[in-house]
Amino acid sequence: MARQPASRRQFLSRSLAGVGSAWLAGNWPEILAAHEHARSAAQTDSPAKFEFFTPEQAAEVEAVAAQIIPTDETPGAREARVLYFIDRALATFDRDKQALYSKGLRELQQKCVELFPSAATFSKLSSPQQIELLKTIEKGEFFEAVRVHTITGFFCDPERGGNYQQIGWKLIGFDGAHVNEPPFGHYDRDYPGWEPGNGSGEKP
Amino acid sequence: MSIASSKSTPAADFLIVGAGAAGSIIARELAVAGFKVVVLEQGPYLKTSDFDHDEVKIVFESALVNDTKRQPNTFRRSDQEKAKVHPAVIYGRMVGGGTVHFTGNMWRLHEIDFVERSRIGAISGTGFTDWPITYADLEPYYTKVEWEIGVSGLAGASPFDPPRSKPYPVPPLPVKSSGVLFEHAARKLGWHPYPTPMAILSQPHRGRAACVHCGFCEFFGCEVGAKSSTLVAMIPEAQATGRCEIRTNSVVRKIEVDKAGRVTGAIYFDAQGREQFQPAHAVVVCANGAETPRLLLMSKSNLFPRGLANSSGLVGKYFMQNGVNVVSGVFEHPLNDFKSVVVSRVLHDFYQIDPKHGFYGGGGMDARFEGTPISFALGGLPLDGPRWGREFKTMLQEVYSRTMEIASHSTSLPVETNTISLDPEVQDAWGLPALRMTYRDHPDDLKTMQFFQDRAMELLEAAGARQKWVSYPVHEQDFAFHLLGTCRMGGDPKTSVVNKYHRAHDVPNLFICDGSSFVTSGRGQPTCTIQALAFRAADHIIRSAKSGQIKSSA
Repeated sequence: MARQPASRRQFLSRSLAGVGSAWLAGNWPEILAAHEHARSAAQTDSPAKFEFFTPEQAAEVEAVAAQIIPTDETPGAREARVLYFIDRALATFDRDKQALYSKGLRELQQKCVELFPSAATFSKLSSPQQIELLKTIEKGEFFEAVRVHTITGFFCDPERGGNYQQIGWKLIGFDGAHVNEPPFGHYDRDYPGWEPGNGSGEKP
Repeated sequence: MSIASSKSTPAADFLIVGAGAAGSIIARELAVAGFKVVVLEQGPYLKTSDFDHDEVKIVFESALVNDTKRQPNTFRRSDQEKAKVHPAVIYGRMVGGGTVHFTGNMWRLHEIDFVERSRIGAISGTGFTDWPITYADLEPYYTKVEWEIGVSGLAGASPFDPPRSKPYPVPPLPVKSSGVLFEHAARKLGWHPYPTPMAILSQPHRGRAACVHCGFCEFFGCEVGAKSSTLVAMIPEAQATGRCEIRTNSVVRKIEVDKAGRVTGAIYFDAQGREQFQPAHAVVVCANGAETPRLLLMSKSNLFPRGLANSSGLVGKYFMQNGVNVVSGVFEHPLNDFKSVVVSRVLHDFYQIDPKHGFYGGGGMDARFEGTPISFALGGLPLDGPRWGREFKTMLQEVYSRTMEIASHSTSLPVETNTISLDPEVQDAWGLPALRMTYRDHPDDLKTMQFFQDRAMELLEAAGARQKWVSYPVHEQDFAFHLLGTCRMGGDPKTSVVNKYHRAHDVPNLFICDGSSFVTSGRGQPTCTIQALAFRAADHIIRSAKSGQIKSSA
């Protein structure tokens, strides 16, 4: 959804009218600008190499993520560069899940051989085969970790490295605006203002 | 003891433990009244400019709350079980405490909340009792909270509201689509929805800006300072006096006493993990309804072998937390309820459920949406719905902008065996005993929750939801946001921990004021009451100090 800077500024100045806080009035647009900048920087500068995954592991994780949020008529986890978010997560705030991923990927490989002896890796399987395999591990800890990371990377603030070009937000109709004004949705559009309702003033 | 600086550090008039909902108010009141105040706060001092919309920081990095990795909790259902490591409580861990990240609901208690025991009678399995104060005693302080903290609302809009001496300082926030749907449906059912009182400014007030409807309230700090946290509403005024020092990243491990049984100050770990001692003429503990009893229980001494201020044995007992459940409904057109504040309409028709249903309790229901994108995608869909794959993606795409939620909040009865205590084995990162929760909902509380879940589903039906589900079902609770009742106030030192002015019965220069002071749980939104109690406690502490009952320099 396109944002409207003029309207946003107008709303902002109305909101701040009468406030003695000159700092806030002066700096709020800069704060917004900083957010925009960081966001676009994260978008153009995709990481050249992985911090945690080997290229082979990366291909496998990306294939799992692409089944969690698939690419169909609209872009999915792959296009949203969820993989980079997961890699960064495992190198930073979710470091303690590294072992779970390493072990989970080994088991994914074993499962692959077990179910589809001719396949080399999970990422080489056909999509129906991948789904069949994932259904056998969907209750497990590894799949749940990848699921949570994929969803998080798909919908995170783009500054975090996922949600490339706000693909996740666009899918669900979230615009990421820092400033909104009413009406917000369909049902509050023609709201006449609050009036006392039936039995107002009387306790039923 | 290898404690630095105990002799050289000058004594504060008052040492306050915790800069949250209550502590910040008391700090401001005492400092403005001329006292020297030191506040020890375990968390950091963040500014509005530090807040953003980064859900990852909130969901994965515990940016604004207690960190269960460094501060493990343990949980058990009864004292017959060994408690297991389990995140049991969540609270704001920073200057401003939970008021920084909370949703902003500001319900007053009603008259009945203070006198339920004498009106209703005993309830089996509970320590149900009246408060030592009435609604009328607290009313002026509720008004003070609304005006000095800053609450948006519409006086007289609910026929169930208790009497008030003044309207709200600023009008209600704009209604959201969820609020309109809720209002129409509730009226169809004969109920009385009204604009929710919120600690978020609809208009500029006391030098602070109004809400810009960014939608990142719950679990987030407000970037424009429109949310009326004590961080923006109280702390700057406390510091402007030049008499209030906020010492952050300071983890208190013990309150010390002298041979006469008076508190002398507190031992704490500073930001570098070194032990320090801060002397004071009096101590006010405002560490929240879980950490306050934990600190008192850790403050054992020869004079107080069961823990400080615990001659009654009730420190940590009667823990209450409020029942909660959430249902979701999907509508034909976009609500875009991710914009603006979480809640815009509420109703209190069931504040006291008719006892002929066979159980005691009550509560309120509100129209809300808690769906920042990641949290909705991970927790907003039906529990038995798709969790991944094409169907999952399609459902998110279809429902995110068209969903609203109804949350119900209800009574927790005071049960003596529901407790906060010290875990005998597990320790936190400072080597202190972990916080252990023992909790089992009273059967009436579960029935109350179920009653509300049923009413909420009726409401969604009446609103014309094309699809609806229970997103946070009634269940035996093992995790608490609202931390109440663990140092209950009362007139009798045998059956309560503090008197009606929040002074510990056992220790003349020790005060305790936060959710722990509650005698009953109210119906679900305790912040306004915690803050009214804090203003009231501060008045009495100032009066006592000025009349020489507490040694001080003012």
